[in-house]
Amino acid sequence: MTMNSNDLNNRHSRQIRLPEVGPDGQEALRHARVLIVGMGGLGCPAAQYLAAAGVGSLGLMDYDTVNLSNLHRQILYKENDIGQHKAKMAKRALQEINSEIEILAIMDWLIEDNAVELFKSFDLVIDGSDNFRTKYLINDASVLTHTPWIYASIYKFQGQLSVFNYKSGPTYRCLFPTTTNRNISCEEVGVMGPLPGVLGTLQASEAIKMILNTDGVLSGKLKLIDLLTHQDKLIEIQRNDSEIEKVKKRGIIPEVFSCTLEPRNKFYLDVRDPFEEPRLDAKNVINIPMNRLDEKQSDIPADQPVHVICQTGKRSSQAIEQLQTKYGFNNLVNVVGGIQAIMNKNKQKTHA
Amino acid sequence: MSITVKLKYFGVIAEETGKAEETLELESNSADVNSIKAHCYETYSISDRESIQVAVNHQMGKAGALKDGDEVAFLPPFSGG
Repeated sequence: MTMNSNDLNNRHSRQIRLPEVGPDGQEALRHARVLIVGMGGLGCPAAQYLAAAGVGSLGLMDYDTVNLSNLHRQILYKENDIGQHKAKMAKRALQEINSEIEILAIMDWLIEDNAVELFKSFDLVIDGSDNFRTKYLINDASVLTHTPWIYASIYKFQGQLSVFNYKSGPTYRCLFPTTTNRNISCEEVGVMGPLPGVLGTLQASEAIKMILNTDGVLSGKLKLIDLLTHQDKLIEIQRNDSEIEKVKKRGIIPEVFSCTLEPRNKFYLDVRDPFEEPRLDAKNVINIPMNRLDEKQSDIPADQPVHVICQTGKRSSQAIEQLQTKYGFNNLVNVVGGIQAIMNKNKQKTHA
Repeated sequence: MSITVKLKYFGVIAEETGKAEETLELESNSADVNSIKAHCYETYSISDRESIQVAVNHQMGKAGALKDGDEVAFLPPFSGG
Protein backbone atom coordinates (compact mmCIF):
# COMPACT_ATOMS: atom_id res chain seq x y z
CA MET A 1 0.00 0.00 0.00
CA THR A 2 1.40 3.40 -0.92
CA MET A 3 0.21 6.66 0.45
CA ASN A 4 0.47 10.15 -0.97
CA SER A 5 1.25 13.19 1.15
CA ASN A 6 -2.44 13.94 1.65
CA ASP A 7 -2.90 10.55 3.25
CA LEU A 8 0.07 11.18 5.49
CA ASN A 9 -1.37 14.54 6.49
CA ASN A 10 -4.63 12.83 7.21
CA ARG A 11 -2.97 10.13 9.32
CA HIS A 12 -1.21 12.73 11.45
CA SER A 13 -3.75 15.53 11.14
CA ARG A 14 -4.72 15.50 14.83
CA GLN A 15 -1.16 16.05 15.98
CA ILE A 16 -0.20 18.44 13.14
CA ARG A 17 -3.02 20.66 14.38
CA LEU A 18 -1.01 21.28 17.57
CA PRO A 19 1.09 24.44 17.21
CA GLU A 20 4.01 22.55 18.83
CA VAL A 21 3.93 20.05 15.93
CA GLY A 22 2.66 21.62 12.72
CA PRO A 23 3.90 20.48 9.29
CA ASP A 24 7.52 21.22 10.25
CA GLY A 25 7.27 19.15 13.41
CA GLN A 26 5.79 16.27 11.44
CA GLU A 27 8.77 16.47 9.07
CA ALA A 28 11.11 16.41 12.08
CA LEU A 29 9.36 13.27 13.34
CA ARG A 30 9.64 11.68 9.91
CA HIS A 31 13.41 12.28 9.88
CA ALA A 32 13.98 11.14 13.49
CA ARG A 33 15.83 7.94 14.30
CA VAL A 34 15.02 6.35 17.68
CA LEU A 35 16.60 3.21 19.16
CA ILE A 36 14.63 1.25 21.75
CA VAL A 37 16.84 -1.03 23.86
CA GLY A 38 14.65 -3.82 25.24
CA MET A 39 11.25 -4.64 23.74
CA GLY A 40 9.53 -5.65 26.97
CA GLY A 41 6.95 -3.89 29.12
CA LEU A 42 8.45 -0.43 28.53
CA GLY A 43 9.59 -0.87 24.95
CA CYS A 44 6.23 -2.11 23.60
CA PRO A 45 4.08 0.95 24.41
CA ALA A 46 6.95 3.34 23.63
CA ALA A 47 7.42 1.78 20.18
CA GLN A 48 3.69 1.70 19.54
CA TYR A 49 3.20 5.43 20.08
CA LEU A 50 6.37 6.39 18.19
CA ALA A 51 5.37 4.28 15.19
CA ALA A 52 1.87 5.75 15.29
CA ALA A 53 3.28 9.30 15.54
CA GLY A 54 5.28 8.75 12.36
CA VAL A 55 8.82 8.59 13.74
CA GLY A 56 10.61 7.73 10.50
CA SER A 57 13.15 5.21 11.71
CA LEU A 58 12.83 2.88 14.70
CA GLY A 59 15.43 0.39 15.92
CA LEU A 60 13.99 -2.37 18.11
CA MET A 61 16.66 -4.22 20.03
CA ASP A 62 16.05 -7.43 21.95
CA TYR A 63 17.49 -10.92 21.78
CA ASP A 64 14.76 -12.41 23.92
CA THR A 65 11.79 -14.47 22.72
CA VAL A 66 8.14 -14.03 23.64
CA ASN A 67 6.98 -16.00 26.66
CA LEU A 68 3.43 -16.56 27.93
CA SER A 69 4.21 -14.65 31.15
CA ASN A 70 5.11 -11.56 29.06
CA LEU A 71 1.64 -11.09 27.62
CA HIS A 72 0.03 -9.33 30.60
CA ARG A 73 2.23 -6.26 30.07
CA GLN A 74 4.08 -6.57 26.74
CA ILE A 75 1.07 -5.57 24.74
CA LEU A 76 2.42 -5.90 21.19
CA TYR A 77 2.66 -9.69 21.44
CA LYS A 78 0.02 -12.33 20.89
CA GLU A 79 -0.30 -15.96 21.94
CA ASN A 80 0.80 -17.00 18.47
CA ASP A 81 4.09 -15.11 18.93
CA ILE A 82 5.27 -17.28 21.86
CA GLY A 83 8.75 -18.61 21.20
CA GLN A 84 9.44 -16.04 18.45
CA HIS A 85 11.94 -13.16 18.72
CA LYS A 86 10.39 -10.08 20.31
CA ALA A 87 12.17 -7.67 17.95
CA LYS A 88 10.78 -9.49 14.92
CA MET A 89 7.22 -9.83 16.26
CA ALA A 90 7.20 -6.19 17.37
CA LYS A 91 8.36 -5.05 13.94
CA ARG A 92 5.55 -7.01 12.30
CA ALA A 93 2.89 -5.60 14.65
CA LEU A 94 4.17 -2.03 14.26
CA GLN A 95 4.34 -2.17 10.45
CA GLU A 96 0.65 -3.06 10.55
CA ILE A 97 0.06 0.20 12.41
CA ASN A 98 2.32 2.24 10.12
CA SER A 99 3.72 0.80 6.89
CA GLU A 100 5.36 4.12 5.93
CA ILE A 101 8.15 4.06 8.52
CA GLU A 102 11.37 2.11 8.55
CA ILE A 103 11.73 -0.45 11.34
CA LEU A 104 14.91 -2.32 12.08
CA ALA A 105 14.58 -5.48 14.21
CA ILE A 106 17.90 -5.97 16.01
CA MET A 107 18.03 -9.47 17.47
CA ASP A 108 20.95 -8.97 19.80
CA TRP A 109 21.77 -7.89 23.36
CA LEU A 110 23.31 -4.46 23.88
CA ILE A 111 26.89 -5.20 24.91
CA GLU A 112 30.16 -3.31 25.34
CA ASP A 113 31.26 -4.30 21.81
CA ASN A 114 28.23 -3.03 19.88
CA ALA A 115 26.83 -0.10 21.91
CA VAL A 116 28.90 2.84 20.61
CA GLU A 117 28.69 1.93 16.91
CA LEU A 118 24.95 1.34 17.19
CA PHE A 119 24.23 4.59 19.05
CA LYS A 120 25.95 6.59 16.29
CA SER A 121 23.10 5.68 13.92
CA PHE A 122 20.34 7.08 16.17
CA ASP A 123 19.29 10.52 17.41
CA LEU A 124 18.03 9.31 20.75
CA VAL A 125 17.71 6.13 22.76
CA ILE A 126 14.85 4.78 24.86
CA ASP A 127 15.80 2.55 27.76
CA GLY A 128 13.46 -0.42 27.88
CA SER A 129 16.02 -2.60 29.65
CA ASP A 130 15.48 -4.55 32.85
CA ASN A 131 18.95 -4.70 34.37
CA PHE A 132 21.60 -2.36 35.74
CA ARG A 133 24.38 -3.54 33.48
CA THR A 134 22.44 -2.42 30.39
CA LYS A 135 21.37 0.87 32.01
CA TYR A 136 24.97 1.83 32.81
CA LEU A 137 26.06 0.73 29.35
CA ILE A 138 23.35 2.90 27.74
CA ASN A 139 24.54 5.79 29.91
CA ASP A 140 28.20 5.44 29.00
CA ALA A 141 27.63 4.88 25.28
CA SER A 142 25.31 7.92 25.27
CA VAL A 143 27.95 10.11 26.88
CA LEU A 144 30.57 8.94 24.37
CA THR A 145 28.32 9.48 21.34
CA HIS A 146 26.50 12.63 22.63
CA THR A 147 23.16 10.83 22.44
CA PRO A 148 20.33 11.84 24.77
CA TRP A 149 18.36 8.97 26.30
CA ILE A 150 15.13 8.40 28.17
CA TYR A 151 15.42 6.30 31.29
CA ALA A 152 12.60 4.38 32.90
CA SER A 153 12.56 1.66 35.48
CA ILE A 154 9.87 -0.09 37.43
CA TYR A 155 9.35 -1.89 40.72
CA LYS A 156 5.98 -3.53 41.53
CA PHE A 157 3.68 -0.45 41.44
CA GLN A 158 6.37 2.27 41.32
CA GLY A 159 8.30 3.76 38.45
CA GLN A 160 11.18 6.18 37.84
CA LEU A 161 11.53 8.34 34.73
CA SER A 162 14.12 10.87 33.56
CA VAL A 163 15.84 12.20 30.45
CA PHE A 164 19.62 11.98 30.62
CA ASN A 165 22.50 13.52 28.68
CA TYR A 166 20.15 16.06 27.08
CA LYS A 167 21.44 19.58 26.34
CA SER A 168 24.20 19.43 29.00
CA GLY A 169 21.82 18.06 31.63
CA PRO A 170 22.77 15.38 34.15
CA THR A 171 23.44 11.72 33.31
CA TYR A 172 22.36 8.49 35.01
CA ARG A 173 25.70 8.31 36.84
CA CYS A 174 25.09 11.83 38.22
CA LEU A 175 22.03 10.35 39.95
CA PHE A 176 23.26 6.84 40.75
CA PRO A 177 27.08 6.89 40.47
CA THR A 178 27.61 3.19 41.14
CA THR A 179 25.69 -0.02 41.08
CA THR A 180 25.91 -3.08 43.21
CA ASN A 181 24.12 -4.83 40.35
CA ARG A 182 21.40 -6.29 42.52
CA ASN A 183 18.82 -6.59 39.80
CA ILE A 184 15.27 -7.02 41.01
CA SER A 185 13.32 -8.17 37.98
CA CYS A 186 9.58 -8.26 37.34
CA GLU A 187 9.93 -12.06 37.11
CA GLU A 188 11.17 -12.18 40.71
CA VAL A 189 8.88 -9.70 42.50
CA GLY A 190 5.92 -9.27 40.18
CA VAL A 191 4.60 -6.19 38.42
CA MET A 192 1.22 -4.72 37.62
CA GLY A 193 0.79 -4.76 33.82
CA PRO A 194 -0.29 -1.12 33.32
CA LEU A 195 2.80 0.19 35.20
CA PRO A 196 5.31 -0.29 32.35
CA GLY A 197 2.48 0.85 30.05
CA VAL A 198 2.38 4.21 31.84
CA LEU A 199 6.16 4.58 31.97
CA GLY A 200 6.75 3.44 28.39
CA THR A 201 4.06 5.82 27.16
CA LEU A 202 5.73 8.68 29.04
CA GLN A 203 9.03 7.72 27.39
CA ALA A 204 7.37 8.03 23.96
CA SER A 205 5.94 11.39 24.99
CA GLU A 206 9.37 12.70 26.06
CA ALA A 207 10.91 11.36 22.83
CA ILE A 208 8.36 13.24 20.72
CA LYS A 209 8.97 16.45 22.75
CA MET A 210 12.72 16.11 22.26
CA ILE A 211 12.35 15.60 18.50
CA LEU A 212 10.08 18.65 18.33
CA ASN A 213 12.44 20.59 20.59
CA THR A 214 9.63 21.70 22.90
CA ASP A 215 10.04 23.07 26.44
CA GLY A 216 9.50 20.99 29.53
CA VAL A 217 11.62 17.94 28.70
CA LEU A 218 12.24 15.92 31.89
CA SER A 219 15.97 16.66 32.07
CA GLY A 220 17.52 17.39 35.49
CA LYS A 221 14.48 15.88 37.17
CA LEU A 222 13.53 12.42 38.30
CA LYS A 223 9.83 11.64 38.17
CA LEU A 224 8.60 9.09 40.69
CA ILE A 225 5.29 7.45 39.99
CA ASP A 226 3.31 5.23 42.37
CA LEU A 227 0.22 3.69 40.80
CA LEU A 228 -0.86 2.24 44.16
CA THR A 229 -0.90 5.45 46.23
CA HIS A 230 -0.77 8.18 43.53
CA GLN A 231 1.88 9.93 45.61
CA ASP A 232 3.92 11.09 42.63
CA LYS A 233 7.03 13.23 43.07
CA LEU A 234 9.47 15.27 41.05
CA ILE A 235 13.02 15.27 42.41
CA GLU A 236 15.66 17.72 41.16
CA ILE A 237 18.98 16.20 40.15
CA GLN A 238 22.25 18.02 39.50
CA ARG A 239 24.84 17.44 36.83
CA ASN A 240 28.05 16.01 38.26
CA ASP A 241 30.88 16.82 35.84
CA SER A 242 33.35 14.41 37.42
CA GLU A 243 31.04 11.44 36.75
CA ILE A 244 30.73 12.47 33.10
CA GLU A 245 34.46 13.14 32.67
CA LYS A 246 35.28 9.71 34.13
CA VAL A 247 33.23 8.03 31.40
CA LYS A 248 34.77 10.18 28.66
CA LYS A 249 38.25 9.31 29.87
CA ARG A 250 37.89 5.56 30.30
CA GLY A 251 35.39 4.77 27.50
CA ILE A 252 33.28 1.65 27.69
CA ILE A 253 34.48 -0.90 30.18
CA PRO A 254 32.55 -3.94 31.20
CA GLU A 255 31.46 -3.87 34.83
CA VAL A 256 32.06 -7.49 35.60
CA PHE A 257 31.09 -8.91 38.93
CA SER A 258 32.02 -12.53 39.25
CA CYS A 259 31.21 -15.02 41.95
CA THR A 260 32.90 -18.33 42.64
CA LEU A 261 30.91 -21.34 43.74
CA GLU A 262 32.47 -23.68 46.24
CA PRO A 263 33.06 -26.55 46.45
CA ARG A 264 34.20 -27.09 42.87
CA ASN A 265 32.88 -30.65 42.65
CA LYS A 266 29.24 -29.57 42.97
CA PHE A 267 27.43 -29.15 39.65
CA TYR A 268 25.30 -26.04 39.05
CA LEU A 269 22.58 -25.04 36.57
CA ASP A 270 22.32 -21.23 36.30
CA VAL A 271 18.86 -20.27 34.94
CA ARG A 272 19.47 -16.49 34.73
CA ASP A 273 19.69 -14.47 31.51
CA PRO A 274 23.20 -14.01 30.04
CA PHE A 275 23.54 -10.34 31.10
CA GLU A 276 22.70 -10.91 34.77
CA GLU A 277 25.54 -10.42 37.18
CA PRO A 278 27.59 -11.57 38.92
CA ARG A 279 28.52 -14.16 36.30
CA LEU A 280 29.43 -17.55 37.64
CA ASP A 281 33.01 -18.09 36.80
CA ALA A 282 33.57 -21.82 36.89
CA LYS A 283 33.66 -25.02 34.89
CA ASN A 284 31.08 -26.68 37.13
CA VAL A 285 28.25 -24.45 35.87
CA ILE A 286 25.99 -24.63 32.82
CA ASN A 287 23.83 -21.65 31.90
CA ILE A 288 20.33 -22.18 30.49
CA PRO A 289 18.03 -19.16 30.82
CA MET A 290 14.44 -19.87 31.94
CA ASN A 291 12.95 -19.39 28.50
CA ARG A 292 15.35 -21.91 26.93
CA LEU A 293 14.78 -24.72 29.45
CA ASP A 294 12.43 -26.73 27.23
CA GLU A 295 14.72 -26.50 24.25
CA LYS A 296 17.93 -27.31 26.16
CA GLN A 297 16.79 -29.66 28.95
CA SER A 298 18.74 -32.54 27.38
CA ASP A 299 22.01 -30.71 28.24
CA ILE A 300 21.30 -31.07 31.96
CA PRO A 301 23.07 -34.10 33.47
CA ALA A 302 20.66 -36.60 35.05
CA ASP A 303 23.29 -38.83 36.68
CA GLN A 304 24.50 -36.48 39.46
CA PRO A 305 22.95 -33.90 41.81
CA VAL A 306 22.45 -30.58 40.00
CA HIS A 307 22.14 -27.42 42.12
CA VAL A 308 19.82 -24.97 40.37
CA ILE A 309 20.59 -21.32 40.97
CA CYS A 310 19.30 -17.84 40.06
CA GLN A 311 19.53 -14.39 41.65
CA THR A 312 17.27 -15.00 44.68
CA GLY A 313 16.15 -18.62 44.53
CA LYS A 314 12.67 -17.93 43.10
CA ARG A 315 13.20 -18.63 39.42
CA SER A 316 15.39 -21.63 40.22
CA SER A 317 12.57 -23.21 42.22
CA GLN A 318 10.17 -22.59 39.30
CA ALA A 319 12.73 -24.16 36.96
CA ILE A 320 12.96 -27.25 39.14
CA GLU A 321 9.18 -27.63 39.19
CA GLN A 322 9.05 -27.30 35.41
CA LEU A 323 11.88 -29.79 34.80
CA GLN A 324 10.48 -32.32 37.29
CA THR A 325 6.91 -32.22 36.00
CA LYS A 326 7.66 -32.11 32.31
CA TYR A 327 10.82 -34.20 32.01
CA GLY A 328 10.98 -36.29 35.19
CA PHE A 329 14.26 -34.94 36.59
CA ASN A 330 14.76 -36.17 40.17
CA ASN A 331 18.29 -34.92 40.82
CA LEU A 332 17.63 -31.17 41.13
CA VAL A 333 18.34 -29.18 44.30
CA ASN A 334 17.33 -25.52 44.74
CA VAL A 335 19.98 -23.06 45.94
CA VAL A 336 17.82 -21.23 48.49
CA GLY A 337 18.44 -17.46 48.50
CA GLY A 338 20.33 -17.75 45.21
CA ILE A 339 23.49 -15.88 44.29
CA GLN A 340 22.61 -12.97 46.56
CA ALA A 341 22.73 -15.23 49.60
CA ILE A 342 26.13 -16.59 48.50
CA MET A 343 27.45 -13.06 47.91
CA ASN A 344 26.24 -11.92 51.34
CA LYS A 345 27.88 -14.92 52.97
CA ASN A 346 31.16 -14.21 51.13
CA LYS A 347 30.95 -10.57 52.21
CA GLN A 348 30.49 -11.51 55.86
CA LYS A 349 33.47 -13.84 55.59
CA THR A 350 35.74 -11.09 54.26
CA HIS A 351 34.53 -8.65 56.89
CA ALA A 352 34.89 -11.05 59.81
CA MET B 1 15.91 22.45 70.52
CA SER B 2 14.37 19.47 68.79
CA ILE B 3 13.25 19.25 65.16
CA THR B 4 10.89 16.93 63.32
CA VAL B 5 11.69 15.52 59.87
CA LYS B 6 9.58 13.35 57.61
CA LEU B 7 11.25 10.28 56.10
CA LYS B 8 9.93 8.71 52.89
CA TYR B 9 10.95 5.27 51.67
CA PHE B 10 10.64 4.04 48.08
CA GLY B 11 10.78 0.68 46.34
CA VAL B 12 12.39 -2.18 48.20
CA ILE B 13 13.46 0.15 51.04
CA ALA B 14 9.80 0.63 52.03
CA GLU B 15 9.54 -3.15 52.33
CA GLU B 16 12.71 -3.42 54.38
CA THR B 17 11.61 -0.68 56.79
CA GLY B 18 8.03 -1.95 56.77
CA LYS B 19 6.63 1.53 56.06
CA ALA B 20 6.36 4.10 53.28
CA GLU B 21 6.98 7.03 55.61
CA GLU B 22 7.54 8.06 59.20
CA THR B 23 8.29 11.18 61.19
CA LEU B 24 11.38 11.38 63.29
CA GLU B 25 11.98 13.74 66.17
CA LEU B 26 15.61 14.67 66.56
CA GLU B 27 17.11 16.05 69.75
CA SER B 28 19.83 17.92 68.04
CA ASN B 29 19.47 20.64 65.44
CA SER B 30 22.78 19.62 63.90
CA ALA B 31 21.33 16.51 62.20
CA ASP B 32 22.20 16.13 58.52
CA VAL B 33 21.58 13.56 55.78
CA ASN B 34 24.41 11.37 57.01
CA SER B 35 23.11 11.16 60.56
CA ILE B 36 19.63 10.31 59.25
CA LYS B 37 21.13 7.60 57.05
CA ALA B 38 23.09 6.21 60.00
CA HIS B 39 19.93 6.19 62.09
CA CYS B 40 18.02 4.24 59.42
CA TYR B 41 20.76 1.73 58.80
CA GLU B 42 20.99 1.11 62.55
CA THR B 43 17.24 0.71 62.97
CA TYR B 44 16.44 -1.35 59.86
CA SER B 45 18.05 -4.11 57.89
CA ILE B 46 18.67 -2.41 54.53
CA SER B 47 20.23 -4.79 52.01
CA ASP B 48 21.75 -2.44 49.44
CA ARG B 49 23.09 0.67 51.16
CA GLU B 50 25.70 1.52 48.54
CA SER B 51 23.38 2.51 45.73
CA ILE B 52 20.67 4.35 47.74
CA GLN B 53 20.37 8.10 47.04
CA VAL B 54 18.77 10.58 49.41
CA ALA B 55 16.77 13.67 48.43
CA VAL B 56 16.01 16.51 50.84
CA ASN B 57 12.88 18.53 50.03
CA HIS B 58 12.81 17.03 46.52
CA GLN B 59 16.42 17.91 45.81
CA MET B 60 19.13 15.34 45.29
CA GLY B 61 22.60 15.72 46.73
CA LYS B 62 21.80 18.50 49.19
CA ALA B 63 24.24 18.68 52.09
CA GLY B 64 24.09 20.64 55.32
CA ALA B 65 21.99 20.65 58.48
CA LEU B 66 18.33 19.64 58.32
CA LYS B 67 15.63 22.06 59.35
CA ASP B 68 12.36 21.46 61.19
CA GLY B 69 9.77 20.07 58.73
CA ASP B 70 12.27 18.84 56.11
CA GLU B 71 11.32 15.84 53.99
CA VAL B 72 14.04 13.23 53.45
CA ALA B 73 13.40 10.65 50.71
CA PHE B 74 15.33 7.38 50.38
CA LEU B 75 15.48 6.27 46.74
CA PRO B 76 16.88 2.99 45.49
CA PRO B 77 17.58 2.60 41.78
CA PHE B 78 15.02 0.31 40.09
CA SER B 79 16.09 -2.25 37.53
CA GLY B 80 12.78 -3.60 36.23
CA GLY B 81 11.56 -3.05 32.68
